[in-house]
Amino acid sequence: MPHTELPTPSVNPAPPTDPVCGTCALNHASQLLSLGVDVSGHDHVVALAGNPNTGKSTVFNALTGLRQHVGNWPGKTVIGAEGGFGYRDRRYKLVDLPGTYSLLSTSEDEDVARDFLVFGRPDVTVVVVDATRLQRNLNLVLQILQITDRVVLALNLVDEARRHGLSVDERHLARELGVPVVPMAARSRQGVPDLLETVERVALGTIATRARPVHHGDVRTERAVSELAHRIQREYPELTNTRWIALRLLEGDPGIERAVTDGTLGRLAAPAASTESFTDRSGKTHS
Amino acid sequence: MTTTLDRLRNGQTATVTALDVDGAERRRLMDLGVLPGTPIRVDRVSPLGDPTAYLVRGSVIALRRHQARGIHITVGQG
Amino acid sequence: MNQPSIIDEATRLRGQLPDGFRDGIVESLHNDAARIAETSVTEHGEGGRPTLDRLLDGALTHRVWGFAVMGLLFFAVFWFTISGAAGPSGLLSRLLVDYGHGQLHALVAPLHAPQWVTGLLLDGVYLSTAWVVAVMLPPMAIFFPLFTLLEDFGYLPRVAFNLDRLFAKAGAHGKQSLSMMMGYGCNAAGVTATRIIDSRRERLIAIVTNNFSICNGRWPTLILMGTIFIGALAPPALAGVVAAASVVTVAFLGVLVTLLVSWGLSRTVLRGHSSTYSLELPPYRPPKVWRTLYTSLIDRTLKVLRRAVVMAAPAGALVWTISNVTVADASIAAHLVNALDPLGWLLGLNGVILLAYLVAIPANEIIIPTILMLTLTLGPNLFGAQQGVMLELGTAQTHTVLVQAGGWTLLTAVNLMLFSLLHNPCSTTILTIWSETRSLKWTAVATLLPIALGFLVTGTTATVARLAGWA
Repeated sequence: MPHTELPTPSVNPAPPTDPVCGTCALNHASQLLSLGVDVSGHDHVVALAGNPNTGKSTVFNALTGLRQHVGNWPGKTVIGAEGGFGYRDRRYKLVDLPGTYSLLSTSEDEDVARDFLVFGRPDVTVVVVDATRLQRNLNLVLQILQITDRVVLALNLVDEARRHGLSVDERHLARELGVPVVPMAARSRQGVPDLLETVERVALGTIATRARPVHHGDVRTERAVSELAHRIQREYPELTNTRWIALRLLEGDPGIERAVTDGTLGRLAAPAASTESFTDRSGKTHS
Repeated sequence: MTTTLDRLRNGQTATVTALDVDGAERRRLMDLGVLPGTPIRVDRVSPLGDPTAYLVRGSVIALRRHQARGIHITVGQG
Repeated sequence: MNQPSIIDEATRLRGQLPDGFRDGIVESLHNDAARIAETSVTEHGEGGRPTLDRLLDGALTHRVWGFAVMGLLFFAVFWFTISGAAGPSGLLSRLLVDYGHGQLHALVAPLHAPQWVTGLLLDGVYLSTAWVVAVMLPPMAIFFPLFTLLEDFGYLPRVAFNLDRLFAKAGAHGKQSLSMMMGYGCNAAGVTATRIIDSRRERLIAIVTNNFSICNGRWPTLILMGTIFIGALAPPALAGVVAAASVVTVAFLGVLVTLLVSWGLSRTVLRGHSSTYSLELPPYRPPKVWRTLYTSLIDRTLKVLRRAVVMAAPAGALVWTISNVTVADASIAAHLVNALDPLGWLLGLNGVILLAYLVAIPANEIIIPTILMLTLTLGPNLFGAQQGVMLELGTAQTHTVLVQAGGWTLLTAVNLMLFSLLHNPCSTTILTIWSETRSLKWTAVATLLPIALGFLVTGTTATVARLAGWA
């Protein structure tokens, strides 16, 4: 993936923008708002993604202190919950995305999750994966990494993996994926402090994440993707996920085609620094 | 021996060779980790005879017979 | 520089790609994922599933034991719920209904409020709300945590696995068995639980049929009828078993109706392919008991209870009003009962029962108290009941009231049990169906189909019983 600079850390010294900037095209808070997320009073927006039944809701509860019921059957969270948490003077809004196996737009859930990641542009995306089903979970991780590389991998259920006689080399995994990996057993609250710390560092940009591109085995597909990505890059030099957008356009994804024609994509490509923060350093809101 | 997954008997292990389904069904199978090259084994059959639960990459996934018919396998490997 | 748009460029490039390139894209992702997973994971020992999981699955999905355990577990859940709730329910009823109601009256007496104000608020709103809390809170506080423990343990997907074939034959989704079971606690919760079903067609089938799962609010009606009318037919030693068997029969009938209606819908208005089915049997997890008790109490019990109370208060006011407002020499309730009596007779029921089901749309829990209250105030007054005041009676007294004042027979009791299974969902459930489907049509179908079936079934039983000379 042709990489530009990592997004500027969101400690933004710029003066607060106009309070009515909910309508201003450059503010990504307005994008979040249009997706139904009220970001007032928060410094960063964190999305929580993952396959069904990976303990995503447990992680959500562990972070927010909410007691959302978590069942042991796949596909419990259909409408994402929202919650907030504070860590070291910063306030985070946590958005629980529907649990999906993929983001290839075969169900409404997948559309919701994907639209949030693409158009909502969360500051950090925590992907909860089940350590006992890594292969299946990584499929979603790789798709998310094509959209954003500000990702923290919460490697959940490591206790259960141990029970199954599995061990995961998380350093190797982190190297392969280019994003930090935090081993967790969220049900017994193990790994929660580590996760908070890592989320903060990715949010502030003190951990540089660099997702590895997925190459396509088929030469012709690979060539077409590269060519189209190059073309998009020329038009929107600030976009970081051009290869993914190229892929979606080649597949004829109606949602992304619309985003190109109606200018949504152009707004996403606006310089990152002015769109990353919607609160000033003192944490006062002005949304 | 090449056959389809619905013919696989209890306890036998096979390797997936091809998916003879398309669209959402195909993607869902791949999402669940059923890909060409994947070892697959019958874990148990539902007490009413259908569906059958298969052990795929450490997960137990129940598929109805008509779905299993679309999954080509070779028996005796993996 | 005039270059083609990005979209045009994409279309041009797509034209150069081979037919199956979309599958190729998906496959290269999966292959990458597989490669990374393989290099990151080391397997110790023999791998595969833990022995305990295999043993448990061996028993829980066994041809014989699987069903035996399933029956036993659900019987145990209901038995715990029914028998465990009796004590606390009685206590709450004495506290809120007997003591609380009297105290409230004594408290407001010095205010000299007009009688219709105290009547409407204390005898109507307060009493019916107190009733619902006393009747509903204990069973729900037991049922939901027990059910949640089974769910957390990972048992429910096994039930879906065991029963899938039945639902497949009925053209429904295997996971419908899970929302169906949830319905035994509360239909509104069951309707929400259908979200686990991906396809709209199969989800609608699950929503429309959820009402055939007998919810908590309906068990008291069934148990009471089973005890005082059917159990009483057997010699005293067997009375309890016969009563329980009659209740179980109605519940079983509910499963049968669920499958039949699913079958009918999937072959007519909801015809279509069965969606991609995949059910994962997750590993068993030891439930976190205390956290489960806490979350299910907060999340399910109190939420459902709050909705029920919100619904019961206006229903209580309505019951009191129609029993106390007199139009042309009789209360509104009397007029309504008279108007409904012919239809009631046709269905082997009576006007009081139908009126009770009309006012109890908000909450099925108040069916029995409403029936008793209406029967007493409209008929000969046997136990000194006040107009429009719900009261609690022992089972023997209830029998006396229904038979002597209401003219009930065995047919009335049996048909009330059937009608309790087959009638419109409560208003909470109807609202939930609306918010889940956003379709007026399907909300109407889910509301009217059960009541049409109820009319059909009770009408048939009544006609057959009368022709055969049983009633």
